[in-house]
Amino acid sequence: MTTRAPSAGAQTPDVVQGPQGVPTVPGAVPVGGRPDPRPMSRRGEILYFALRTKKVIIGLTIIAVFLVLALIGPIIRPGDPDALIGPLGASPSADWWFGTTSFGQDIFAQFVYSLGSTFLVGALGGGIAAIIGMTVGFVAGYRGGWIDEVLNMITNVVLVIPTLALLLVAAAYLSARGVVVEALFIGFTSWPWAARAIRAQTFSLRSREFVNLARMSGVKGLRIVFGEIAPNMSSYLFLTFILLFGGAILIAATLDFIGLGPTSGSSLGLMMYDAVAWSALQLGLWWWFIPPGVAITAIVGALYITNVGLDEVFNPKLRNT
Amino acid sequence: MLTLERVSKTYKVGLFGGTDLAAVRDVSFSLQPGEVISLIGESGSGKSTIGKMILRLLAVNGGAITHDGTDIATLRGSALRSYYRTVQGVFQDPFSSFNPIFKADHVFGLIRGVYFGSASTAEWERKLNDALEAVTLDPGQVLHKYPHQLSGGQLQRLLIARALLLDTRYLVADEIISMLDASTRIDVLNLLGDLKARGLGILFITHDLSLGNYISERTVILRRGRIVEMGATAAVFGQPLHPYTRMLIASVPRLHEKWGQIDAGVRAGSGWAPAPGERCLFHAAVPDGGAAADLAGLAGSGLAELEAGHFVGCVAPTADGTCGGRSASAA
Repeated sequence: MTTRAPSAGAQTPDVVQGPQGVPTVPGAVPVGGRPDPRPMSRRGEILYFALRTKKVIIGLTIIAVFLVLALIGPIIRPGDPDALIGPLGASPSADWWFGTTSFGQDIFAQFVYSLGSTFLVGALGGGIAAIIGMTVGFVAGYRGGWIDEVLNMITNVVLVIPTLALLLVAAAYLSARGVVVEALFIGFTSWPWAARAIRAQTFSLRSREFVNLARMSGVKGLRIVFGEIAPNMSSYLFLTFILLFGGAILIAATLDFIGLGPTSGSSLGLMMYDAVAWSALQLGLWWWFIPPGVAITAIVGALYITNVGLDEVFNPKLRNT
Repeated sequence: MLTLERVSKTYKVGLFGGTDLAAVRDVSFSLQPGEVISLIGESGSGKSTIGKMILRLLAVNGGAITHDGTDIATLRGSALRSYYRTVQGVFQDPFSSFNPIFKADHVFGLIRGVYFGSASTAEWERKLNDALEAVTLDPGQVLHKYPHQLSGGQLQRLLIARALLLDTRYLVADEIISMLDASTRIDVLNLLGDLKARGLGILFITHDLSLGNYISERTVILRRGRIVEMGATAAVFGQPLHPYTRMLIASVPRLHEKWGQIDAGVRAGSGWAPAPGERCLFHAAVPDGGAAADLAGLAGSGLAELEAGHFVGCVAPTADGTCGGRSASAA
């Protein structure tokens, strides 16, 4: 897995061709001559190293498997995943891959539908939280002064709002809640720690000389933030997104599990909620709660592994070349 | 001409910014193209703050810095960009001046995007190669490499080359050789000499007197944010007027001197304070503390011109402009 054929990289248009037409490692100067006038772009370079880092490949593969399952699952098992179509409480078999519930529902069908909504909650909730957190963190950290004071105050206010209590109130008013509403809710309440972390990091990078050098190059503030400061913490930003993504999935699972989840649709948390509500644990129907539990753990775990690998990709000093 | 007129910088410190900390007080001097001024002072004397204010990286609290008659605090947008075309800086730490995740030529890419958008690739590369040659760097050795793959001396020269690519007339060199090896130091120092010969005005910020003496025509000695002595380098080093300057010069270790041979008072030089019996040349020359006298356009800046172009400040200036060492000078 580590030693991918070099041709895989050579097919990307950005790879440098050495003097003799030999693909070279980016960053290395060809022996005996001037370096190629058009070196590999940073994006091409990141792709090049990302595809050669074992952790990234493992993590992304796991995510991809679940994503593919979520996409093609509903095609393999069309129809209502909650339909009572099978035998009651059957264990996994060739007909019922993940077995059935004690009502005769196909657990595999429920599982693949739930995966889709789990990715939706993670991407939407984590994405919204990441965008708000990064915007607030970058602006507060880079501008400082009274803007920082105001943003910091807002951040702290949102930080101390208890999400659960807010959801209880919301649940009382919204009679029909979908997965999207839940994702929005998670997104708008889970950004403060990200904002605080990014603000602190931006603060420390802002005083570095290369930021001064960019300012002396006539570069505008916004471009300094996104061109100089953000790339320096790209693995950090990616980690933030991954943590928010994983966090959104976990929060959603928790909310579903205690019965504050969507009133319509399905999710991995709801599956576990049902399993517990109908005593799957006591009846020994392990196939009811193991798949959603494993899926949540595997997705969040794979995201973490990917992030550790990406650290090496984004930081040229950590590369082994 | 780059002129500082009674420039002050105060930081707000303490809880709720209640206390003012004066980093720079009433500093006035001017830098002409083709001359090197060395700005000498101990750590915390405000020398880097002055450099950053000239580069507009810090705002000025009092007084003004003017470039050819224009107050630089008023520059915005394209006016600021053209200011940076003529005024550039190089900093102390070469490794912090480069963004570690980009290749070292990123610093050239930045100015290309802003200043040379219309230049063709061939034209740009010709300019770049010329600039690198001017700082005696081999383009093949330094381009397309990460900062951590280059030496400190190479990085500092890359930054000087960056300044040369623009039509730089004034260069703020903030301790640019303090972090270099002794062997590369003199190369970079001589490079600054070449730039001076090409007509650049250089503000050479240092804490090393011998470096300042080597390169500069004029010397400004800073202490606690104030100028204590200013004048032609030969005069300041030859006939120092201020006791602080004398102490600084006496405390430079010389090649054939040993620790035991040095006067104990000088050995303790880092904790210098004016002796109570010290005669204050400033108050002797300007009895009213300079409040009324216009001293060669430096009214109220706390400097007295004792010889042509050689200024000295008070030994122990107090907040109200009186002399802390007055009892001695009045006697």
